[in-house]
Amino acid sequence: MEFVVISLLNGITYGLLLFMLSSGLTLIFSMMGILNFAHASFYMLGAYFAYQISTLVGFWPGLLVAPLLVGAVGALVERYGLRRAHRFGHVAELLFTFGLAFVVEEVVHLIWGKVAVDYKIPDELDGTLFTLFDTAFPMYRGFMMLVSVGMLVALYALLTRTRIGLIIQAALTKPDMVEALGHNVPRIFMLVFGGGTALAGLAGVIGGNAFITEPGMAAAVGSIVFVIVVVGGLGSLGGAFIASLLIGCIQTFSVGLSISITDVFALIGVELLEGSQVARLTITQLAPVLPYLLMVAILIFRPRGLMGAREN
Amino acid sequence: MKQRNFRSLAIVAGLALAASSAYAQVKIAYIDPLSGPFANVGEAGLKGFKEAAEILVNQKGGIKGQKLEFVGFDNKGSPQESQIQLKAAIDQGFRYITQGNGSGAAHALIDAVNKWNARNPDKTVLFFNYAAVDPTLTNEKCSFWHFRFDANSEMKMEAITNFLEGDKKMKKVFIIGQDYAHGHQVAKYAKEMLAKKRKDVKVVGDDLHPIGRVKDFAPYIAKIKASGADTVITGNWGNDLSLLVKAAKDAKLNTRFITYYAGGLGTPQAMGASGEGKVLQLTEWHMNVPTKDTEKFALDFNKKYPGVWFYYLRINNMVQMVAKAMNEAKSLDPKEVALALEDMRFKVDTGEVWMRKSDHQAMQPLYISIFAKAGGKNVKYDSEGTGYGWKTLATISQRDSQLPTACIMERP
Repeated sequence: MEFVVISLLNGITYGLLLFMLSSGLTLIFSMMGILNFAHASFYMLGAYFAYQISTLVGFWPGLLVAPLLVGAVGALVERYGLRRAHRFGHVAELLFTFGLAFVVEEVVHLIWGKVAVDYKIPDELDGTLFTLFDTAFPMYRGFMMLVSVGMLVALYALLTRTRIGLIIQAALTKPDMVEALGHNVPRIFMLVFGGGTALAGLAGVIGGNAFITEPGMAAAVGSIVFVIVVVGGLGSLGGAFIASLLIGCIQTFSVGLSISITDVFALIGVELLEGSQVARLTITQLAPVLPYLLMVAILIFRPRGLMGAREN
Repeated sequence: MKQRNFRSLAIVAGLALAASSAYAQVKIAYIDPLSGPFANVGEAGLKGFKEAAEILVNQKGGIKGQKLEFVGFDNKGSPQESQIQLKAAIDQGFRYITQGNGSGAAHALIDAVNKWNARNPDKTVLFFNYAAVDPTLTNEKCSFWHFRFDANSEMKMEAITNFLEGDKKMKKVFIIGQDYAHGHQVAKYAKEMLAKKRKDVKVVGDDLHPIGRVKDFAPYIAKIKASGADTVITGNWGNDLSLLVKAAKDAKLNTRFITYYAGGLGTPQAMGASGEGKVLQLTEWHMNVPTKDTEKFALDFNKKYPGVWFYYLRINNMVQMVAKAMNEAKSLDPKEVALALEDMRFKVDTGEVWMRKSDHQAMQPLYISIFAKAGGKNVKYDSEGTGYGWKTLATISQRDSQLPTACIMERP
């Protein structure tokens, strides 16, 4: 029981962080049709900006300023990079973001070095929030949950309750009509791209010190974010939310399960031959692979994802 | 920013130096991760080597008047990249290499060095291993061209389990490690030796996780907690250890951690007060082992490189022994140096280091220590500015640390 509850809490925290990352990616994709390969790089930039700000004026200003800075960088990238690449079609865009990811990583190497930086949790949040079955739940994890849920609510309100949200939603499906009505669609695109990258930046601000801020952090989450977007359905925020929590929980729980593949097959009544290396692998050892297996399964059985609107 | 400028300045200065005295230099290629998840470990090792070469060799006359120099080659922690870097080093004229982080990379290097030396008997290369602890490197896969200066995993686990033999508090053990040669070996020896020495102890968990890729150990901590273990044994190193103990601290996991590598490279900082009385390590040295010269060396090092803490006494031992072998061989030919190095008995601060001839495994005194509040006679220095330091619980003499080897060495 204790294990289930604690793992659930851990899984949800991790899932919410993943959602912060994937929401921006899926938003950008649904609006602009761009699969942003550099998305996780903006996550890393968020962490490094926040680290730099925290060394100067402390953590709290960074929580606000770093995502804004990342968003500004994102908007500039869209305005002066992607918009030009866009003229040459989707492949050019894809390659552009792909290259951008490497550029960002090298820039981070040049500025902050190849070694992890000492980006710390602020003292106010370094403690225990509550104790459950004598396992402590760290205050910072609670804070991460709070920020992600707050962001989710704000994003939902922005998209459904405000005028700009209405226009964004309209531009999503009928950009020509929106343009005909006198709205500046390219500027909306720039805002969405900036906004999406700012969300990734925010995830970096709170994820960087919870885990570790190093040049490899973008690559570490880059692929998992794509899994979430594919599983949730390209372009679906709701789907990304469910997929994030799902993957967060899968990764957390699979670590805890010591049963082997043989045991799993035994459950459904199939006896596997003894002695095979593969059959003796435990679910814990398979944990890193499971999200990708899920993605492959989804692509085979439900290509549009859990809640995706379009087929392609 | 300031540090970066300093570093680039240092590189420029280094290049200028290298250019001016290219002939009068003994160069050793340091093939270890200088980027990626273990970059901090690799950087600390390289600083250790450079400092040791400067203070312990070059300022004392060098090697037959020549300077000893270490040059970094980034293997990104990968075995394939290690072989590429070895090739690059050989092409640049290096005849000596050193490596330590990761037995996977060490295996790749020992294979490549053996092959190279068989094909190029006039341009042989010698491999000094300062930290890769997979026992097979000095047993089944032992090589005349490989010398190990750290105690291997089997020796370390033997010492730890001997220590645990009398510890009646321990009932349930959880073993966690990185999923590669080293992690597998630690788990194997821990289980075998505990089964022999402590039949009453139950191994309640035995997990491997991907090396360098886990950033959130909370799920593993939840599992350890659920298993009811009172002791965790781990061979983890670098961030895989600091993140593990950090997650344990956050969840207030109240088990003991028995480690190989908790003494440095960020782990003491990650534990802070939560590690007091709970974290043990087995090392060849720690700051509170009374020594004559090392204490000053370590203090100077810490002052010179703020944020990096002196950790590897074995690097100092290795640098001095290699320099001595080169001086005694009166030659810089790797084969002559290897012959001078084997069977060498070298007096160091903690006692004697003996490079056993039969398998090229160094034998040295080992210490088991526990993280304790600094202050007083036994814990004179704290570790990484935490206010807590290492207190010796047991000393294993050089003789007691020795284990038989299965090495059948092919000698040139």
